[in-house]
Amino acid sequence: MCTDAAVFEIRAVSYQYSEITALDAVTFVVGKGERIAVLGANGSGKSTLLHLLGALAFPSSGTISFSGTPLTEEVFHDEVFGFDFRRRVALVFQNPDVQLFNPSVFDEVAFGPLQLRWPKAKIIERVDAVLASLQIEHLKDRAPHRLSGGEKKRVALASVLVLDPEVLLLDEPTSALDPRSQSRMIDFLIDCGGVKTVITCTHELHIVEDISDRCIVLKDGRIAGDGSSAHILANEDLLKEAQLLHVHRHRHSSGIVHSHPHFHRGHNHIH
Amino acid sequence: MTAHPFIERTLAGFADALEHAGTAERLADQKGLLQRLDPRVKVIGALLLILATMCSRRLSVTASMLIVAVALAWLTRIPLRIVATRVWLSVLFFTGCIALPAAFTTPGLAIWHLPLVGWQITHQGLFSAVQLILRAETSATFVLLVVLSTPWTQLLKALRALRIPVTAVVILGMTHRYIFLLLRIAGEQFEARRSRLVGMLSSEQRRKIATSSAGVLLDKSVQLSGEVFSAMQARGFRGEIYTLDEFQMNPRDWFALTVFGVVTIVALFLGMRP
Repeated sequence: MCTDAAVFEIRAVSYQYSEITALDAVTFVVGKGERIAVLGANGSGKSTLLHLLGALAFPSSGTISFSGTPLTEEVFHDEVFGFDFRRRVALVFQNPDVQLFNPSVFDEVAFGPLQLRWPKAKIIERVDAVLASLQIEHLKDRAPHRLSGGEKKRVALASVLVLDPEVLLLDEPTSALDPRSQSRMIDFLIDCGGVKTVITCTHELHIVEDISDRCIVLKDGRIAGDGSSAHILANEDLLKEAQLLHVHRHRHSSGIVHSHPHFHRGHNHIH
Repeated sequence: MTAHPFIERTLAGFADALEHAGTAERLADQKGLLQRLDPRVKVIGALLLILATMCSRRLSVTASMLIVAVALAWLTRIPLRIVATRVWLSVLFFTGCIALPAAFTTPGLAIWHLPLVGWQITHQGLFSAVQLILRAETSATFVLLVVLSTPWTQLLKALRALRIPVTAVVILGMTHRYIFLLLRIAGEQFEARRSRLVGMLSSEQRRKIATSSAGVLLDKSVQLSGEVFSAMQARGFRGEIYTLDEFQMNPRDWFALTVFGVVTIVALFLGMRP
């Protein structure tokens, strides 16, 4: 059954790559305006889940519904639905080099609106506005492959924000970013609170409280935990089981070695 | 001498390729004659001049077209050293390989005999060989001038504006874009190998490294192409590319187009006379 406020309903979804099960009977509902962090170690199925939610792949079994419509290959044969979905749901890839394939930043950001056949004047106005809002208007004529990692991430984000999507799917948005770029990205995700539905895949626990209200923990393609961010972050056993916590050993000046599970809280934690 | 000259040379090759791209971008940003023109005018102008060059039957006219190309390079602030190293030498080599036999095989008035073998070079054969090389050099120079004086984005847009099929333009654009990424990946691969190698490599080992690197790179490029296609789909791509055409012709562009047209007509008139 579909609730009015549900954006995505994921029911018993499994996905297999040849013989490897990437997702196994995953079930959860994403409400409108929710900010969800999908946590999991490498290979836990986070990116696969985002690809399924972005309708870039379809479940081997189970169903994913978007605003009540099951996402299948057949419904995407309908151009009207396809365009509507792509405008409303945006995916930012982990590797911006994958996402930035146009010769200039302007063309990159204009790519989505052009595919959706927006009027020329509206495209130019919207592209300029998004570039300005992310403070990258000076990069407009630059080639994306010549940019720094942080700039590439911002351009990748601009390329999907230009469509003003209702749902943002972000795959490791802060990975490989310097602290300043990380901080900018986190500020952006904080600003999205209540305005957009944001699903962020990450294994960086120190950003989770800032970017999400709810956490879903994946382990070996299955949901190992689902709850409020504060609740999940307080559950050390769960985080250890999902290989999201590691044991840090501290050698104190006295020579005594302490070992304890640890994750970094706060962006500028000096360890 | 370095311990791994093969790897050093390969890395230097990658660095050179990236450096060439950087040079092209810098040249396209300069304030020369061609840089100020509408990219469509440059493409059409180059095509017209190439047409006139290819149709010329007179050596003097073909040589004059090469002088026009050199003059354009100078006015466009493109150093002749770059034109010589990127075009003239390689075209001379490749076209020379094709043209050289013509000097011997074309029937006509013998002007010189090759010692020992006794092959004769004919006047007509030499004329054909020189004409072929000059045509190739001149045409390639015009193409290089357009490429070096135009940002790649603008060039692709110009091609689209001139109704070149979208698939061809997209393939060109993506190839240019991902060549750099693959060059970087390949460079990093070779750096990684260098960091783990001690001593000299035998030729067998060098071959192994080259083939395995090519294989890995191919595998990575296939994976990358799949991911890129997903990224395009995620933003609404359904097989057709749409572009914004923001070009505006101004009086200078019309004037340049007229000059290109006049030069072409004059060259055709003089070059096609018997």
